[in-house]
Parts: sequence; structure tokens; C-alpha cells
Amino acid sequence: MTMMKTIVNVGIADTKTVSSPNTIRTLGLGSCIGTVLYDERSGIAGLSHILLPDSSQARAGNISPMKYADTAIPQLLEMLHEQGARNIKAKMAGGAQMFQAGKGTSFMRIGDKNIEAVQNALRKLNIKVVSADVGGNLGRTIEFDPVTSKLSIRKRNQDVFTI
Amino acid sequence: MDVFQLTSFQKDILKEIGNIGAGNAATSLSQLLGSKIDMMVPNVEIADFNEVIDLVGGPEQPIVGLMFQVEGEITGVMAIVVDVEEAEYFVQKLTHNKDFQLSEQTNGAELEIAMSALSEIGNILTGSYLSALSDFTGMNLQPSIPHLGIDMAGAIMTVGLLEISQVTDYCIIIDTEIRQEEQGHEQIRGNFLFIPDPESFQKLFAKLGWN
Repeated sequence: MTMMKTIVNVGIADTKTVSSPNTIRTLGLGSCIGTVLYDERSGIAGLSHILLPDSSQARAGNISPMKYADTAIPQLLEMLHEQGARNIKAKMAGGAQMFQAGKGTSFMRIGDKNIEAVQNALRKLNIKVVSADVGGNLGRTIEFDPVTSKLSIRKRNQDVFTI
Repeated sequence: MDVFQLTSFQKDILKEIGNIGAGNAATSLSQLLGSKIDMMVPNVEIADFNEVIDLVGGPEQPIVGLMFQVEGEITGVMAIVVDVEEAEYFVQKLTHNKDFQLSEQTNGAELEIAMSALSEIGNILTGSYLSALSDFTGMNLQPSIPHLGIDMAGAIMTVGLLEISQVTDYCIIIDTEIRQEEQGHEQIRGNFLFIPDPESFQKLFAKLGWN
């Protein structure tokens, strides 16, 4: 019997988990961050695609916690723990500055704030960031393979590379 | 008023806004390029962020996006989204350089001229859209400076949605597609996306007397 390999797609402000040999990906990250939490031994991994740094800045209730770095990362960790994952490590990518920061709003610089917020959230949970490809000014599509624990990254007009 | 429960009458008003705004912008564009531009019937969609990005071809689709904050009595985001080929065509027409291409090989000076030409087209089109809307509603509306990005649709569009995303996970989007057909040139398309902030709808409907 051959095992079908599927790719789990994570949308904006979304968080999902996967187990090997399946892979998990998110497309078109700009200032957003894709954070992968994974357990090498069990082959269980999860990916969160956050849009904003801080849920306390929300101006209305009933907002998805998966949208914010400070709420999404702990929830993803919990999801993985429930599935039996231990010894969790992280890889992250995104946080680009897609537009030149001119006289625009502070949102033009959101990428840096997102990077910092994800790093803070991981530090609080004592999760080590094994590798990261953050910042810059290009969008990214990322895919994580729990079998190899490699995160592959593709940018516009560039070859795929892994971290 | 729950803005995400539009009556069909309210939806028609928003479509009319797309008609008036994009109609005026399409006229400006056709004058600018010296060719005929067709405008499709506007779509009014209640969409989550992933669906907004699907409207312009999906998260990985390479696009040229021009984003504006709309300021004044109504606030929101205006995005003009075109294919890379179409942006090249705009630059070719405006700079009289038939061979211009937007690629990683484009040299710095040429790219700078192209970016400035595209920003200027954006200024003109958004200005036309909003001034028609100002006339229609009697409300004062102005665009911010343009923010121009060439990359995957997901990467560009999410930045425009950040402000709205602090308030809600959904937005109402007035999407008007324009098309152009010219001999010897394949059909090109673009979208005007107007995404008013949720609190702007109440003001808009009140002002127009249809609450």
C-alpha cells in the first residue's frame, strides 16, 4: 500500500497541525509571520500564520486568537501537546516590509513588530528558534516537512531554499 | 446595524458606488492610455481575508498592487490590482518605451521611472474614483499617498487589510473589474477594490438617506 502524502494549507489568521509524511504550508506571506512548531521524534508539527503582533490592540471583541502572535503561538503549542508532541522547536519566516515606509501609517512597519512579537511569544514558552528567514521586502511561500524538519521558502523570482 | 447583514437594497447602493467610482476611473484610464476600457458590473462581497485574496487570483499570484488609505468622512482602503504584464503595458504606454519589462533584470533607473509612472497612474485613478464618490455622496474623501508593491497577492493585500483586521475578521469589498482589448495585445484586466472600514457603512447609508 502506498501512503498518500497530502499538503495541509494554512490560510491567513489560521493555525493547523500535521503529522509526517504529510507537509504543511502557507502561501504569500508578506508582513505576516509563519511560525512552525515541531517535534522531530513524533513527526508532529503545526503552522501558524499571524497577521498582527498583539491581541490587546484589538478594537473589537470576538476576534480570532489565531490572528495575533501573542495568542496564536501558545494555542498552537497547546494543540501540539494534546497530540502528544514533546521537545518542541520552532522555525519562522515572514515579517517583510512590503511597502516603503513613507508618510504612511505605522502599519507600513508591521513586519518588524510581528517578528519581535513572535520571538517574544516563543521566548516566554521556552521554545528555541532553530532557524529563521525574516524581514526584507519580499513575500514568501513556505512549506514544512516533518520528516526532514526542513522549512522550504520560495520568494518571487528566486529559487527555493531550505532552512 | 450589523454591517455584515446587508439588505439587497444596501448591496445595490454599494454596487452603484462601484459603478460611479470605477466608471470615472476607467474614463480617466482610457484617456491616459488612449484606448477603450470596459468596466464590468461591480461585485459586492462580504469576504474574509483569504477570500479577498482569492478575488485577485489567490495568495501566490504575482500582482502589482497600489494601495491607498481613504481619508475623510469615510475611511477605508482602495487597492488597484493589475497583472504584472498589464503594469508593463501601462509603463510602455506612458513612457513610450515599447520594450519595457518589469523583471529582476530591470535596471535601477528604469525601474524608478516605472514605479513613478505606476504611482502616478494610481494617483489619477484613485483620485477619479474618490472624487466621483465625493460628488455622489456629498462627503469629503481623499486618498493617501500611493503604496506600490510588486509581489505575491497575499503578501501585498494583507498589508492593506491590517487596519480593518483590528476591528473584524470580515470586510465588505466593492470589486470592479476593468478590461481592455486592443489589436495585437491580449486582453488585460485589473481590479479596483474599495474596502470601507466597517464604521463607514452606517455613515454612508445615513448620508444617502437609505438607512
